[in-house]
Amino acid sequence: MTGNLTLALLIGVLYSVGTYLLLQRTLTRIVIGLGLLGHGANLLLLQAGGPPGAAPFATAAGAGTAGVDTADPLPQAMVLTAIVITFGVTSFLLALAYRSWVLTGDDEVRDDVEDARVSRTRPEATEPSHVEDEL
Amino acid sequence: MIRVLLPLPVVLPLLAAGLSIMLSRYQRLQRLLSVVTLAGVVVIAAVLLRSADVDGTAVVQLGGWIAPIGISLVADRLSALLLLVSALVLLSVLLYAIGQGVADGRRAPVAVFHPCYLVLAAGIAMAFLTGDLFNLFVAFEVMLVASYVLITLEGGAAQVRAGMTYVVVSLLASVLFVTAIGLVYAATGTVNMADAAVRLAELPEGIRVALGLVLLVVFGIKAAIFPLFSWLPDSYPTAPSPVTAVFAGLLTKVGVYAILRTQTLLFPDEKLISQVLLVLAILTMVVGILGALVQDDLKRLLSFTIVSHIGYMVYGLGLASGAGLAGAILYTVHHIVVQTTLFLAAGLIERREGTSSLRLSGGLQKIAPVLAALYLLPALSLAGIPPLSGFLAKLGLLQAGLEDGGRLAVAGVVAAIATSLLTLYAVVRAWSEIFWGPLAEVVPVVDPDDALVVGTKRTPRLMVGATAFVVLGGLSITFLAGPLYDLTARAADDLVTPSRYVQSVLVPEASR
Repeated sequence: MTGNLTLALLIGVLYSVGTYLLLQRTLTRIVIGLGLLGHGANLLLLQAGGPPGAAPFATAAGAGTAGVDTADPLPQAMVLTAIVITFGVTSFLLALAYRSWVLTGDDEVRDDVEDARVSRTRPEATEPSHVEDEL
Repeated sequence: MIRVLLPLPVVLPLLAAGLSIMLSRYQRLQRLLSVVTLAGVVVIAAVLLRSADVDGTAVVQLGGWIAPIGISLVADRLSALLLLVSALVLLSVLLYAIGQGVADGRRAPVAVFHPCYLVLAAGIAMAFLTGDLFNLFVAFEVMLVASYVLITLEGGAAQVRAGMTYVVVSLLASVLFVTAIGLVYAATGTVNMADAAVRLAELPEGIRVALGLVLLVVFGIKAAIFPLFSWLPDSYPTAPSPVTAVFAGLLTKVGVYAILRTQTLLFPDEKLISQVLLVLAILTMVVGILGALVQDDLKRLLSFTIVSHIGYMVYGLGLASGAGLAGAILYTVHHIVVQTTLFLAAGLIERREGTSSLRLSGGLQKIAPVLAALYLLPALSLAGIPPLSGFLAKLGLLQAGLEDGGRLAVAGVVAAIATSLLTLYAVVRAWSEIFWGPLAEVVPVVDPDDALVVGTKRTPRLMVGATAFVVLGGLSITFLAGPLYDLTARAADDLVTPSRYVQSVLVPEASR
C-alpha cells in the first residue's frame, strides 16, 4: 500500500492539536478539539483506502477496471457515515454546552461535587454507623 | 424463517421509535407500542437463541450482498443469549419507567423518553448481532446517541454537568474507534469481522498485537475497565433511576461483549494481550471496589461496584480458556440482571426516602419490608453469597483460574475473593445505613420542578412489580444454573474455535 506523506503529516497535526484542545477546561475548546480529532480520524480512514483513482463505477465506457485503477469506494462511504454521526453528536454537545452556560454562567467543565465531598471527608469525621452503635 | 427473524430485533424497535414520535400526543398508545415492541423482541430473541443452540450459528447477509462485501448479521450462542437477557431487562425497566411516569402524572418523563428508549434497544441489539466492524461502530453510535438524550432528560445543572462528561468521553471513544477501523482496514482491506480474522492471521505478530490493543482501549472505555472507568461513577448516578438501571445493566456489557467478540475472533492466542487483560482485570476489580467503599450516595456506590465487577468478566477473558470464557459469559448474564435490579431498588429507595444518601436515610425496613427484600437479594447475589447466581458465576471463574494455575491467574483468584468480601462489606454497609437504625424523616423534594419527583412516599405497584420480576429473574439463574452453564460452555467453545464463526459467515449456506 502506498501512502500520501502530506496527508499523513496532516493527520498527525490534526490528532495532536485535537488532543491538546481536548485537555483544556473550556467547553468550546473541547468541542473544537473533538472536531479536529474527528477530521483526523476521517482522513486516516480515507488514507487507509489507498491511492486515489478513477471514479469507482463499473461502466462500459471504460472508467477503469475495478480494483486496479479505481479509488476504493468503501472508506469513502465509511467516512461519510462517520462525518454525519460526528456532526450530529457535535451539535448535541454544543446544545449541551449552551445549556451549561445558561445554567452556570460560564463554559468551564465543573468538578464532580460528590467526588470533592468524599475526598474532603476525613476518617475521624465520619459518623459511626448504626451497626457499631449496637455492638 | 430465521433469516426473516434475525434483523427484526434491530428493525422493529427502530420502526416503533419512528411511530412513537408521531404518537407523542397519545401517551397511552406510546406506552403500549413500546411494551408490545420490546415483548416481541424478547420472543424473537428466545427463538434466535434456540435456533443458534440447536441448528448452529444463523447468518443473514443484508441486502443479499454476499460476505465479505455486504454487512452480515450473525446470531451465535453468545450474541443470542445476551440479546435475550438484554431484551428481558429492557422490557422490565420499561414497565418500571411506565409505573413511575403514570404515578407522577403530568410530570412524567417527557414524550421523548419512549422513542429514545426504543432507539437504545435497537442499538444494543445491533451491537450484539452485527458481524461487521464498521457496523459495530454504527451500532455503538445509535446506542450512545439515544443514551445522550436519556442521561440529560431532566436537563438540570447536575445532569448537564454529568452528561457533558459522558458525551465527551463517549465521543472521544468513537473517534478512537474510527481510528482503529481505519488501521484495521489499512492492514487487512476489510471490515467484515470473519474476513478480517482470516487476514489478520497472516499479518506479522507486532501489527496484530498493536491493532488488538487499540481496539481494547476503544472498548475498554465503553466497558469502563481500569484505568478508563472514571467517567462512569461520575455520570450514571445523576440520570433518572430507570435510565441508570438500564445503562448500568446493559451499556457496559455491550462493551464487554465487544471485547469478548473481537479478542477471541480477531486476535486469538495472543499471549501478550491475555497477560495485559489479566493485569487490567485485577486492577479493575480492586480499584473499583475501593472506590465503592468510601461513597455516601447509594447510586454512586453501586456505580463503583459496576466498575469493579466488570473486572471479573475481563478476568475470564484473560484466562483465554474455554472454562474461563464460559465463566465470563455466565458472569455477564448474572451481572446484567443483578446490577439492573440493584439500581431499580435504589430508585424505589430514593422515592421513599427522597434521597439516596446513606447518611440521611435510615430505618426503612420498618415501613417498607418488601423493598428491603428487593434490595437485599440482589445485593447478596452481587457479593457472591451461595446459593445465589453471583456465587455460581464466581465459582465458575475461580475454578477456571485455579485450573490455569499461572502466577497472574492465581493472583486474579485472590483479587476476586478479596473483591467479593469488600463488595459484601459495601452493600451491607448500605443496607445497615438505609434499612436499620431509627426511621429517618422523608426528605422533602428540593426542587418542585424536577421531572421525577422523589420523596413522594408512594411506590406504585408496577414499579415494585417490575423490580420483583427482575429479582425473580436473578433467582431463577440459581435454579437454571445447570442448563445455563452448559449453554455458556457451548458458547465459550464456539469462541475458542473462531474458525466456526468464520465458516458460517464466509461459506454460503448452499455449499456447506
